[in-house]
Amino acid sequence: MIEFLQQIINGVGLGAIYALIALGYTMVYGVLRFINFAHSDVFMVGAFSGYLFSRFFQIESIFGGVMVMILSMGLCALLGMTIERLAYRPLRNSSKLNVLITAIGVSLFLEYSFQIKLTKPLLFPALFPVKSFLLPGGIILSSTQILVIGMTLFLIVLLQYIVLYTKIGTAMRAVSFNPTAASLVGINNDVVISFTFGLGSALAAAGGILYALNYPSIEPLMGVLPGLKAFVAAVVGGIGNIPGAALGGLLLGVIETFVNGSPYSTYTDAIAFILLIFILIFRPAGLLGKVTVEKV
Amino acid sequence: MPEIQANLLELQNVVVTYGVINALQNVSLNVSKGSIVTLLGGNGAGKTTTLRAISALVPVKSGQVLYQGEEITNLKAHQIVSRGLAHVPEGRMVFSNLTVLENLQMGAYLRKDKKKIKSQLEFVFTTFPRLQERAKQIAGTLSGGEQQMLAIGRALMSEPQFLMLDEPSLGIAPLLVKTIFEKIVEINREQKITILLVEQNANLALEISDYGYVLETGRIILQDRSYSLRNNPDIRKAYLGG
Repeated sequence: MIEFLQQIINGVGLGAIYALIALGYTMVYGVLRFINFAHSDVFMVGAFSGYLFSRFFQIESIFGGVMVMILSMGLCALLGMTIERLAYRPLRNSSKLNVLITAIGVSLFLEYSFQIKLTKPLLFPALFPVKSFLLPGGIILSSTQILVIGMTLFLIVLLQYIVLYTKIGTAMRAVSFNPTAASLVGINNDVVISFTFGLGSALAAAGGILYALNYPSIEPLMGVLPGLKAFVAAVVGGIGNIPGAALGGLLLGVIETFVNGSPYSTYTDAIAFILLIFILIFRPAGLLGKVTVEKV
Repeated sequence: MPEIQANLLELQNVVVTYGVINALQNVSLNVSKGSIVTLLGGNGAGKTTTLRAISALVPVKSGQVLYQGEEITNLKAHQIVSRGLAHVPEGRMVFSNLTVLENLQMGAYLRKDKKKIKSQLEFVFTTFPRLQERAKQIAGTLSGGEQQMLAIGRALMSEPQFLMLDEPSLGIAPLLVKTIFEKIVEINREQKITILLVEQNANLALEISDYGYVLETGRIILQDRSYSLRNNPDIRKAYLGG
């Protein structure tokens, strides 16, 4: 029982990070109907910018850690918006396949340009004070886990607030439903799409830093596997659905942790894709996705 | 009389092409301030394309669109709205995933003055009380007629001077069609909003409009005052059922 609870805690900690990345995939899919494969590399850049900014602040302090996160999220938001502006916007009216291939191109570009300078993994510093708490029954809860879960929860609530209760968030939902109708009420679709990329990329940066706090060795290809898994999480939850992405991420994190603690631990990385296959067979719209019928 | 007043909207030799097909060939028309003008014609005549060209949803290949004497040809669609034109598109295009209230708020997307937005919302709710009853409901759950009211209400939220309506009667219960047309006349008379109406139901359209244009395969083949068109034997035969 104790071990079960411990694994749940570990799984939620991992799943929270998948959830943060999955949100970016799902939001961009919501407004543009394509999978931004460069998103996993924005996650990687998030970790590296955290490394860079950590030099200017005191490490192992809450103030310093929060500042590093905010700055990295801001930088990656700019990166995401730049990618959209330069690589995707010129292809707005071409086929989805062209945009998809471009996204893979951007992904490879980011990975290999980072590899030019970085031949060895870097050691990510402990941004926040690290402590472990021994709970009754012998469950160990680390301050990093609390931070990851708390920060993710905060960011998801903030995102839900933006999407549901602000003007730009309502505009995002309007553009996502019908871009033509959105332009007829005066919404500049380009601005909304750019904002969506910024928001998703900022979340990916937060995910990158939180991930690096757990796995402190950072390198240019670190985004590939978590990125793919977060993509699976977004599909499992129902692509285009924000609560779905959060749920999918958490679910995947927990399942993966349990597999890792079982005799079948060699399948840890495979379980995400097995899950993907089952979801696509039995519930192709995802757990929270709805099969929509358009009313004419 | 409408024709002695200034033209609010003017199309001069507008050409629109879809690939190699000419959708509009040298379409010229005028809409004078305060009037209701209707576009008649069969399927594929270019009525919807004319509205889409004015709203910049399709590119104008040649010719000009003038609004209040200024050229608005090939501005972006969202910039057209800021000039005071509103377009209720074919098929209504309400945001089915948003509530009725959110749809109306999006209609006022470019408006900054909170007080004015609120009074405009009250005006829309007085015009269509049904929308107020359903304010919190998701728009996709409304009936066709209610969605049409919402689409018109959303367009009114931008406080337009010029309103384009594309087939407001399409797929709507006859009783509601009557209500909606009464509201269109009311909006025109009381709010002084100029209206360009595309409508399959030619009888109804000619009844409420001041002036009409008849389109056929992308050309204007006839134009006249609405009551003259109603009494024109060719028009009666082709569009009014004898």
